[in-house]
Amino acid sequence: MVMGDLVREVDVAVIGGGPGGYAAAFRCADLGLETVVVDAGKRLGGACLFEGCIPSKALLHVAAVLGEAERAREFGVDFGPPRIALDPLRKWKSERVVGKLARGLASVARGKSVEVVGGRAVFEDSRSLRVEGDEPQKIRFKHAVVATGSQPAALPGAPPASDRILDSTAALDLPDVPERLLVIGGGYIGLELGQVYAALGSKVSLVEMTDGLLPGVDRDLVLPLARRCEKAFLAIHLGTRVGDLRDVGGGVQASFADKTATFDRVLVAVGRRPQSDGLGLEATRVGVTARGFIEVDERGRTADRHVWAVGDVTGEPMLAHRALRQGKVVAEAIAGRPAAFDNVVVPAVVFTDPEVAWCGLTEREAEAAGRPVKVAKFAWAASGRAATLGRADGFTKLVVDPETGRVLGVGITGPGAGELIAEGALAVETAMLAEDLALTIHAHPTLSETLMEAAETLLR
Amino acid sequence: MAVDQAQTVTTAGVCAIAAYAGVRAIGAYNGRAMPRAFVLPDLGEGLTEAEIRQVLVREGDVVREDAPLLEVETDKATVEIPSPIGGRVERIHVAPGQTVKVGQVLVTFGDGGAPSGKQAADTLDPTRTLAPEPKTMVTDAGAARQTTSAPARTDGPVPATPATRRLARELGVDLRTVSGTGPGGRVSDEDVRTAAAAPPPAAGEQPPARPSAETPVVARPLARASVEPPPLPKFEQYGPIERQPLSHLRRTIAERMTLSATLVPHVTHFDRADITDLDALIRRNLEAGKARGVTLTLTSFLLKAVAQALGEHPHFNASLDPAAGELIVKRYVHLGVAVATERGLIVPVIRDVDRKPLLEIQRELGALASRTREGKATLDDLRGGTFTVTNIGALGGTGAIPIINYPEVAILGVARGREEPLVRDGAIVPRLLLPLSLTFDHRVADGADGARFASAIVHRLEHPDALLLGF
Repeated sequence: MVMGDLVREVDVAVIGGGPGGYAAAFRCADLGLETVVVDAGKRLGGACLFEGCIPSKALLHVAAVLGEAERAREFGVDFGPPRIALDPLRKWKSERVVGKLARGLASVARGKSVEVVGGRAVFEDSRSLRVEGDEPQKIRFKHAVVATGSQPAALPGAPPASDRILDSTAALDLPDVPERLLVIGGGYIGLELGQVYAALGSKVSLVEMTDGLLPGVDRDLVLPLARRCEKAFLAIHLGTRVGDLRDVGGGVQASFADKTATFDRVLVAVGRRPQSDGLGLEATRVGVTARGFIEVDERGRTADRHVWAVGDVTGEPMLAHRALRQGKVVAEAIAGRPAAFDNVVVPAVVFTDPEVAWCGLTEREAEAAGRPVKVAKFAWAASGRAATLGRADGFTKLVVDPETGRVLGVGITGPGAGELIAEGALAVETAMLAEDLALTIHAHPTLSETLMEAAETLLR
Repeated sequence: MAVDQAQTVTTAGVCAIAAYAGVRAIGAYNGRAMPRAFVLPDLGEGLTEAEIRQVLVREGDVVREDAPLLEVETDKATVEIPSPIGGRVERIHVAPGQTVKVGQVLVTFGDGGAPSGKQAADTLDPTRTLAPEPKTMVTDAGAARQTTSAPARTDGPVPATPATRRLARELGVDLRTVSGTGPGGRVSDEDVRTAAAAPPPAAGEQPPARPSAETPVVARPLARASVEPPPLPKFEQYGPIERQPLSHLRRTIAERMTLSATLVPHVTHFDRADITDLDALIRRNLEAGKARGVTLTLTSFLLKAVAQALGEHPHFNASLDPAAGELIVKRYVHLGVAVATERGLIVPVIRDVDRKPLLEIQRELGALASRTREGKATLDDLRGGTFTVTNIGALGGTGAIPIINYPEVAILGVARGREEPLVRDGAIVPRLLLPLSLTFDHRVADGADGARFASAIVHRLEHPDALLLGF
């Protein structure tokens, strides 16, 4: 290959191999479009597979097993204190979990003749891009799909990430189990990783700037999680900002709430920011917001008719399953089909213990919008299945239109909420009535009955 | 990085049978910083470059918004590109004869160029302006179809399943205007199909003056039918295949023919004209014509005959407005002439054929046909036709039934004239006979009307003196 001389002509060039990128690429290929993916790591899976959803869930599963083993003493089963070997744990996570899924995606790509080019893509104009790095080349495309995702946001004013100051990506590599861990940020990333490290044995302190954990989520959904975190963590500081963060050698000094404390490691989990710079977008007509999000219409098309965008780089909520759907929409739109991202719900799940999941309209949003809603709650204390699991701290909530009885939103807290929310998402997306949920037979004894039970409270 | 200016410069309206409706130029104005660069706008699918024919301004000129800046020629047509803003032309980056690519800077404006209010409004939704034409016939024809029963909903998503919402998009139905009959007001597939079959609302424009008919008739929209093609079989199972993308022109032809053939109930009337005398007249005057720089052909006489017959039968010089339930009769006669080109069928238009002398028609016809064959027809050459004549005689055959050039209501097909034995006064005589086929929209006219209109054409072709004297 002659450096920089190769010009490839394709129908679709996808930039970024994450869920949005590979969903778009696979669907494009299915629709007969010649498609190439440019990915800096020359791999499919993106942040989701390599530094997000998947590895964090693997570690949370470990934490859940540890938690269950400990709770088993209640039932008269004692495994003794756990011994944790990090090397096998890391190996299991990266080879058996992440590696296996990555190989699976690679083989799907081969099966669909989607080539993955390694390198960084930079737009030269609205019809071509330059790939820098391992496989330098020019690609002329009819359509480009920007799926560059997001990366962990830095704490303003804090020193850059180091051995001791970790972002979520570094924390998932599990360098060790620090004795004292400070988690900055009480959002889902901070809580999930805080619980992982707490389960592995760290003393976790958490600092959250706002006055509650999981800002924006209905308070009643958060409460069972907050109670559990209060027990599992050394301390939770709400309404608190970290003033100063200093790597002092052998530890990190952090000052907050009028005191200074030293930690072995600090996890900065203050959100994620879109990755839209350095792409050469200024050579196109693509519009980017002040926060760095690429502006798209409901089909995923940018202001440049040859350029589309999907996933985290297009805005909130930055969730892999939103990107997956957007990727398919964009592919179909490119192929000339009347597709649109018209989805009503993008379910959200926090994979903590207990899990918190919601979809559609929340009580908070209804209140802020001045929209009258009926709310039905069912506490798991009355669920047979919850009792057999020894977990009565969950509950299920429906947000319903008072006039039509239509289900507008669902919120669930408790073990397995992330799986249960699927029924809620289906109900809201298909404009079901609460009555439909109430009159559908749900298997007994399961936690899914709580959706039916909540709906029944609305029947007269 | 935002697109500050985006504007649709030209939209070819109704052009031709083969029409060529798609040429549109979208001016893109990159207003990142002063001075501002104006780039070659996207000219539509498939067109990536254009040749500069003329630069209509000079450096230093102060131009108004919409003032013509340049004339460019693509392989489809010649397009004038107006200025996206008012301002001073600081630099012109191109020269006549130069080939420029879409996105290449044409002109730089200096300070003082300010977008007007209209421009600003256009920019509010650049993606919409930049988006392509609706892709399918169905959405094209049915865009923003509404039912009158439900007021537009504005609060939140319309209750419908994702599959129903997709169906609505496929049928071009705006879900917000559909009243749901399901529980909780949920919109069902059936509701969407009903809405798709319902007539669209009347256009918002000022209606043209109605003739003062003796019997006042209330105009009501016609019912609408929609057709979904079934999926294609997997041809691969029978042998190797190759998929070839359609050219822009081919696609345009395909779409417009499908539209016409599915929307319009076609009926065809056949006739023959004895053009022995007309042919003799043309031959007698060939030299005299040449002396005036014109080669007389049958086509110009055909056009004149059609124009005169249309004067007597104006409802063939019309378009049906099914939404309003009205026939739009045109008080001008612009005749389209189908021209076969290497790229496909194109129908340039000769204007006011009823009012022009025959020699002028002949002269225009020659120039127009060669412009079209060379791909140099302008948008104005291609639009505004009221009736189409297609002469397939040069290629042989004994007759053909052309498809109406929608939204016209009739088309005249002409096959090759042949000497044939004709019985006249009990004796067989050789005569030159021209086969004609008149295909028309049965919604607008019936068989008897078609026969009378065809006779009016035949009469003129058989009696050149009547034709020339305008009897």
